[in-house]
Amino acid sequence: MGIQQTFYEAMREHGITRRSFLKFCSLTAAGLGLGPEFAGTIAHALETKPRTPVIWLHGLECTCCSESFIRSGHPLAADVILSMISLDYDDTLMAAAGHQAEEILDQTIEKYDGNFILACEGNPPLNEDGMYCIQAGKPYVEKLRRMASHCKAIIAWGSCASWGCVQAAHPNPTRATPIHKVITDKPIIKVPGCPPIAEVMTGVITYMLTFDRFPELDRQGRPKMFYGQRLHDKCYRRPHFDAGQFVERFDDEGARKGYCLYKMGCKGPTTRNACSTVEWNGGLSWPVKSGHGCLGCAEDNFWDRGSFYSSVTNLNVAGQVESTANKVGGVLAGAAAIGVAAHAAASVISHSKDSNRGGSSHD
Amino acid sequence: MNSNVASGAHDPANQKAVYVFEAPVRLWHWLHTFSFLTLAATGYLIANPLPSLAGEASDHFLMGNIRLVHFISAYVFAIGFAVRIYWALVGNRYAREIFYLPFWRLEWWKGLFYELRFYLFLTRKQHKTLGHNALAQTAMFFLNTLMTLFMIGTGFALYGQGLGEGSWADQGFGWIIPLLGGGEATHNWHNMGMWIMLMFVIIHIYMAVRADIIGRESSVSTIIGGWRTFRDDQP
Repeated sequence: MGIQQTFYEAMREHGITRRSFLKFCSLTAAGLGLGPEFAGTIAHALETKPRTPVIWLHGLECTCCSESFIRSGHPLAADVILSMISLDYDDTLMAAAGHQAEEILDQTIEKYDGNFILACEGNPPLNEDGMYCIQAGKPYVEKLRRMASHCKAIIAWGSCASWGCVQAAHPNPTRATPIHKVITDKPIIKVPGCPPIAEVMTGVITYMLTFDRFPELDRQGRPKMFYGQRLHDKCYRRPHFDAGQFVERFDDEGARKGYCLYKMGCKGPTTRNACSTVEWNGGLSWPVKSGHGCLGCAEDNFWDRGSFYSSVTNLNVAGQVESTANKVGGVLAGAAAIGVAAHAAASVISHSKDSNRGGSSHD
Repeated sequence: MNSNVASGAHDPANQKAVYVFEAPVRLWHWLHTFSFLTLAATGYLIANPLPSLAGEASDHFLMGNIRLVHFISAYVFAIGFAVRIYWALVGNRYAREIFYLPFWRLEWWKGLFYELRFYLFLTRKQHKTLGHNALAQTAMFFLNTLMTLFMIGTGFALYGQGLGEGSWADQGFGWIIPLLGGGEATHNWHNMGMWIMLMFVIIHIYMAVRADIIGRESSVSTIIGGWRTFRDDQP
């Protein structure tokens, strides 16, 4: 594993043919929306640039990001990408274990200080000095801080690393905290989703390794190429939404005809992700295609927003309010109407008393 | 009767009629009212759509049309408010009342507590107000002016999601979405804002009609014709 080895050399070492390599470059260029001429650019970069090591850390998580990643719909892409990154450190996928595994971290810092990419899956819990997640006898947050201080950039894989996800849901007993709130001095790219789409993950990592920079990010640090639109904007059921054709129950005629799932609580209209275009498992399907609404898993705090099966969900005030705008608002407007009626009645009584006294309320 | 009727040059306390709401303010009031009611109705139907339609999707555009009406009304609502802000700068002193609270003036606080006591039937004597009294001004400022800004901001932020990344609505208002915790939360708060404004409308109409019937001042006719008249000429 010499520092001079290029991506291409590493791939060839792993038995990938040149033909496959070029196919991968075209596929990735298309996936990133770069246009055909960039296939050559990617190929050239991968052939000539020294390989950038990637260290893949796991905090509090369920490993669904890794599961998604290694099941990339295009096995070729997965193989290529894995040959780029797996050699260094990923405690789930690597062969080494224990002290040998941890030594790799020291070696990486020594050899590639400031030059490796830190991919974080999951997040650190901060309560009790981080004791809810111990790795190699130390709190995970210490390992994360140490590696982050030597890395070039951080990829926050999945909703855990990006937003906090289920372990950070109310009341968040371990104080699980997303990466950007722990590490504030390094560039961070968020690739949310529970898990993120495999092709999105490989696309992001290839872009970074090829062009040596992040793809263009949105306001919240997500790559625009995959998170620039809502599922709703590219949903194949959108014509039914615009027409006013909705599934009212999961077993009704509308469900059989593939109507819009908005009334069933589909979060497509508020969720930014590439599911409706890239789809899952190599373009086989995605939640809406399978007849169920989107849960909004790529959005911040999606666990605490209330029902997955209602279009109007909870107002989140101070962590948790189990009530929707329609309920609270209905009560407010109702209370206003009752208050007005009561005040009107009191005004009539008060006014007639004044009139009976022969005086006026104007003196 | 005294001779000060319809004249601004004399002691305002004894006047029988004062020109309070200029034409642009009145016009805006009604534009604001009807665009709000349209927005509230269509907005409710966007959050809680009508029963599903049968047949081919290409035969209908119901939800699309409801959203279209919502967006057109939103433009009327927002542009009307922008013109109204301009008029606050160039119009008469009553045109400015709903945009600020003179909390630094002791008189204003006295007026506020006085009005609170008055509406709780704790005092009989009714003050004479030319524009808005302190209580009305407070309600107007928080529940109308600020809520209008909130609805315009959250509304255009959500509109920007449809227009797309980098659109004017996204660049101008898109920052509001992460601030409120995401698109779903923004939808819910936008929905809540509608209910709060509706609550304001109910109270506002009641207060206006009440003032017309048993108060000393005209109010409904004032927002139609602009002139505030008084039933008596006492101070």
